Amino acid sequence: MPITEAVFYLLATFTVACALGVALSNNIMYSAFALMGTLMGVAGTFVMLGADFLGVVQLLVYVGGILVLTIFAVMLTHRIADVNVSNRAVGRPLAVLLVGAVGWWMIKVGTTASWVVKESGTPAPTTYGIGTAFLTDYVLPYEIASLVLLVALIGAVVVSRKEIQG
Amino acid sequence: MEGVSVNHFVVLSILLFAAGMFCVITRRNALGILMGIELILNSANINYVAFARYGGSGYDGQIFAIFVIMLAAAEAAIGLAIVLGIYQTFETIDVDATDRLRG
Repeated sequence: MPITEAVFYLLATFTVACALGVALSNNIMYSAFALMGTLMGVAGTFVMLGADFLGVVQLLVYVGGILVLTIFAVMLTHRIADVNVSNRAVGRPLAVLLVGAVGWWMIKVGTTASWVVKESGTPAPTTYGIGTAFLTDYVLPYEIASLVLLVALIGAVVVSRKEIQG
Repeated sequence: MEGVSVNHFVVLSILLFAAGMFCVITRRNALGILMGIELILNSANINYVAFARYGGSGYDGQIFAIFVIMLAAAEAAIGLAIVLGIYQTFETIDVDATDRLRG
């Protein structure tokens, strides 16, 4: 087995196993840490696909930001004493049927469709190209994105602070 | 990359999407549902980057993935703020128990 295939299957197994941990664990803290494994596996997949900058962004924003925020929220909304059965799940048999049907159908499409594939030479560093594209072709979405982030941050502060009387 | 085709990455992303969908459907904890949404967003990102790599479309797919990550950060900030607000009002974040708009 070539080394790329071995690395891919290792990464894919790790990622999917951690994703199943997120979906099935009975403890919300275990789910949060399994989510960390999934996000790191996805970052590795990005690097494998030649997207080095995106892999680092995934690590910085997802693992360093969103996941820490999620764990903070978990700890703020659960009394530590009853953290054991904190992640209730209902309707699992029906969900297995539904997800199984949708997943089987999607895998059938994904494996039998003839994707248009071009010759994809050796991966090159992408940071320069992405930065240039952001400041030329994508400058308007880039500015709108910064506005959206600012609005989201102010909105989060307004929503989560306590009302001051008087 | 000989041996690993675009289909491999598509199937990986479908498995991640299925896990995320299962999480969103079955969880009754608001934070668990948000984690399922993160899984679904990540599966979409894998598709973007895989087709950018194999479809020869330059940096477009990766830039869309960066926008998705940015929107996921905004969504996490707002969503967790709302979850904390729900917890202050209802003392629980079970989505079955939170059935009043005005607490």
